[in-house]
Amino acid sequence: MAYTLQGETGDWEVVIGLEVHAQVTSSAKLFSGAATEFGADPNTQVSFVDAGMPGMLPVINRYCVEQAVRTGLGLAAQINMTSVFARKNYFYADLPQGYQISQYELPIVGNGTLIIDMPDGTSKHIGIERLHLEQDAGKSLHDQHPSKSYIDLNRSGVALMEIVSKPDLRSPEEAGLYIAKLRSILRYLGTCDGNMQEGSLRCDANVSVRPKGSTELRTRCEIKNVNSIRFVQQAIEYEARRHIEVYEQGGTIDQETRLFDSGKGVTRSMRSKEHAHDYRYFPDPDLLPLVLDPAMVETIKAGLPELPDAKKERFIRDYGLSAYDAGVLVAERASADFFESVAKGRDSKLAANWVMGDFFGALNATGRTIEDPPVTAANLGMLVDLIKDGTLSGRLAKDVFALMLETGKDPATLIEEKGLKQVTDTGAIEAAIDAVMAANPDKVAEIKAGKDKLMGWFVGQVMKATQGKANPAMLNELLAKKIKG
Amino acid sequence: MTELANLTIAEACDRLAKGEFTAVELTRAHVARMESLRGLNAFITETPDRALDEAKASDARRAKGEAGSLEGIPLGIKDLFCTEGVPTTAASHILDGFRPPYESTVTANLKKAGAIGLGKLNLDEFAMGSANITSYYGPVENPWKRRSDPATKLVPGGSSGGSAAAVAARMVMGATGTDTGGSIRQPASFCGIVGIKPTYGRCSRWGIIAFASSLDQAGPMARTVKDCALMLGAMAGHDPKDSTSAPMPVQDFAKALSGDIRGLKVGIPKEYRPAGLAEEVAAIWDKGVEWLKAAGAQPVEISLPYTKYALPTYYIVAPAECSSNLARYDGVRFGLRVEGKTLDEMYKKTRAAGFGTEVRRRILIGTYVLSAGYYDAYYAKAQKVRRLIADDFNRAFETVDVILTPTAPTPAFAIGEKSDDPVTMWLNDVFTIPTSLAGLPGLSLPAGLSSDGLPLGLQLIGRPFDEETVFRVAGVMEDAAGFTARPEGI
Amino acid sequence: MSLDKSAVRSIAELARIEVPEEELDHLAGELSNILTFVEQLAEVNTDGVPPMTSVAAMALPMREDRVTDGGYPDGILANAPGAVVLRDSPQAPAQGGFFTVPKVVE
Ligand SMILES: [Mg+2]
Ligand SMILES: [Zn+2]
Repeated sequence: MAYTLQGETGDWEVVIGLEVHAQVTSSAKLFSGAATEFGADPNTQVSFVDAGMPGMLPVINRYCVEQAVRTGLGLAAQINMTSVFARKNYFYADLPQGYQISQYELPIVGNGTLIIDMPDGTSKHIGIERLHLEQDAGKSLHDQHPSKSYIDLNRSGVALMEIVSKPDLRSPEEAGLYIAKLRSILRYLGTCDGNMQEGSLRCDANVSVRPKGSTELRTRCEIKNVNSIRFVQQAIEYEARRHIEVYEQGGTIDQETRLFDSGKGVTRSMRSKEHAHDYRYFPDPDLLPLVLDPAMVETIKAGLPELPDAKKERFIRDYGLSAYDAGVLVAERASADFFESVAKGRDSKLAANWVMGDFFGALNATGRTIEDPPVTAANLGMLVDLIKDGTLSGRLAKDVFALMLETGKDPATLIEEKGLKQVTDTGAIEAAIDAVMAANPDKVAEIKAGKDKLMGWFVGQVMKATQGKANPAMLNELLAKKIKG
Repeated sequence: MTELANLTIAEACDRLAKGEFTAVELTRAHVARMESLRGLNAFITETPDRALDEAKASDARRAKGEAGSLEGIPLGIKDLFCTEGVPTTAASHILDGFRPPYESTVTANLKKAGAIGLGKLNLDEFAMGSANITSYYGPVENPWKRRSDPATKLVPGGSSGGSAAAVAARMVMGATGTDTGGSIRQPASFCGIVGIKPTYGRCSRWGIIAFASSLDQAGPMARTVKDCALMLGAMAGHDPKDSTSAPMPVQDFAKALSGDIRGLKVGIPKEYRPAGLAEEVAAIWDKGVEWLKAAGAQPVEISLPYTKYALPTYYIVAPAECSSNLARYDGVRFGLRVEGKTLDEMYKKTRAAGFGTEVRRRILIGTYVLSAGYYDAYYAKAQKVRRLIADDFNRAFETVDVILTPTAPTPAFAIGEKSDDPVTMWLNDVFTIPTSLAGLPGLSLPAGLSSDGLPLGLQLIGRPFDEETVFRVAGVMEDAAGFTARPEGI
Repeated sequence: MSLDKSAVRSIAELARIEVPEEELDHLAGELSNILTFVEQLAEVNTDGVPPMTSVAAMALPMREDRVTDGGYPDGILANAPGAVVLRDSPQAPAQGGFFTVPKVVE
């Protein structure tokens, strides 16, 4: 169902392109040997290079180049064997050199594709325009002093991959799915930790609107640095409605940079960036063209992990999962791996139910992560086995799982300790049935007279008598035989 | 003591090794000259105490048998090299009070070789100029005077004018220079000394305040070819901190001075004899050709057809790079700050107060040629012509081993002369700029005196990383020229 | 190309250099002369000539991803006008600090 915005003059369509800045997971910065760790004291992770001191020169970090190539390959994109670093010149308090070293005409990665999965089961290919490497700026703090802004350069020079989509997205929902999928791929590749709160993943949205059915591209506005998927969606929706309102009142949209105010849910013009920018890009004379070694690219290609799309397909095929379940499980590599170690050689649907049900519930409840799970994959697998072989009923399994969470012990041990083993001894179950029948001759008579509903009551009574340990299938079978005989 | 200041670096190294005098004595002799010749304004910062401490340490190293290749030799450092704990100004007001917490690779290399730093030498502001008249710390005076008019103060050339003057006046035994379009060679010519801009990539640019990154190269300035060879050997070398530093072995340049250039082909570019070239400059160039012939080399006329476009190419490329390189001087992290109500106001006031006229002019030109709509017509065009200029040299070096040209079109001129029109001033570098654009090594040596008693230099240009041939030819020419003149009273 | 006052004003704005109004005319003349001088390049045929961005005939060298630098806020802030340095006592080494600029309103 296409996303449509109703205006007074008719239906409108929104056209969205996203620029995602993803921080490369490197130990040192792109052009200096200073650390990149988050949360250090201000200006402690800064080298003279990062501070733009006179006479300082950049030297590129090989690992960051490799990570950009890896990401490009993960996005099925063209790898440019020669690329060029350029200076983007502008003045800002947290830009110490007076220019950002970025890539302009010749980025390291060219055209690629990202597939988003729509909730209705369809999928959509979103074009990737380019991926380039560039340095991050520092941070300005505006609330430390009444008349001054404070500058911390810890981030200055940290390696970023700027990943630019084509204007192929048509709704806030698609934009959200795009970011989530990109984040998932980056995390699979290990090239970016995807942490939006810490700013390792930041998103700029280019938004324009056009009358439904039109193919023109109208003036776009760029909403800068939105730091959650939900805010990106809100910002797009707000911005699209703003454009429609302006157009419908006969106005025009100026191309400009805007900021999203998450408190008020509105975008507003960034006054500081008001006068037109002229970045005066030119190739950085301190650096030479970046020429990739084909062997290096091949090695990276050979070492690529199975990515979410391929994994999802395999989960559907090999484990018989639904597209939805497979999609949920592969979103994070860790949950996919966890599921696989639970499901390997077992009933995969039962395994999927337990992982996505009780286990994910337990993650939420305990606040633990899949990397540090409250129940190990091995123990959960054992639980699935115990259900499958009839040792535990579904109900008992839930009790055992609760105990596993509490104690960290494996299910076999717990069953032993607590005597929770299911009763599968025919004699014991028959004895319990006989006792209940003997104590309730009137009810027996009613059933025999055709009141089938009472069967449930009998099951409950027998279960109660056996403290829930009677094997439900055997109980049903024996009860039917005895009463209806 | 003055006698010690007249020694060459090579002689001083020998005699220090023999124990005839100490590094402390040699340093004291130079400190005394530095102090007595302050009127030339060659130094921005003198560091005599530090120098004497270093000299003591040098003598101690020598006593332990740990002498480096320049052990105990007092040098001056162009104030474009960052020196740890010592004010570094680039001769600009905008670097007021700046003390780098780091040492440039080249000066660190010289220290490692045992050299002693007497202080920081004056230059054109940010190395932009050809007369050392754009320094915030005032012009440098050339120790040489016109015979006909000894009262008129002459420029030492630029931008390494303080370096050239200090070496010529025997205040230092040698000095570091930097050359972007001729800033080592032209002042060497004006001051009657030797200077070489090595191949781009020979000396690390790390810690040298950038003017135009694709052109800047450090090099030595001294009184003899051999002294320059010794200094360059210590300064040069691959530096992983500079991405444009060449991973090339550093030869023993002094050893290259074999005196034998028989059979060598020397290119004489016809485009370097434009109409109106000063008669005596043309004459000394002809003389140079004769010396080489006499030594068994073979002059070959060559053509470098794109020579006339070198100057306009340079005056697009260099200002473009400088406009970006000098953006970091913004009053935030070091140097001068002029407060303003807003960030932009602070930037504008700081940069207006901090940069001199020539620097401002070049930043504005550079900003313009890179700006939207003009990039292709100016910057991209210049980068293409630059390749044509470099190709001229590549073609020439298929047939010749080295090229001989004048260094500058005139001898030193008076302070205040030529300064009203920037383009006229730029013509000083007409013979040195093509080499810079092509990244080739170029050496200037004194070949004789003008009729008015001023030194005239000749330039030798070599293949990339073939400084050895340049030095070898220069050594032969130096012997033939027998240039022993000194500035009056020095 | 001849530049007028307003062109010079906007170049100066881009370069963040304050130029007094009364100097604009003179500067416009000077810069125009320079541009006229460099425009002789237009007569050179450069069809098919690739631009030369560096004379260094080599590919970009790379370094390993190791932390080898930083951790000296004292050195970073030492030359900064108006820096705020955080430390326990006047003798203690800095535990970070900030550069300061006039307040930026976004
Ligand atoms: Mg962008
Ligand atoms: Zn970016």
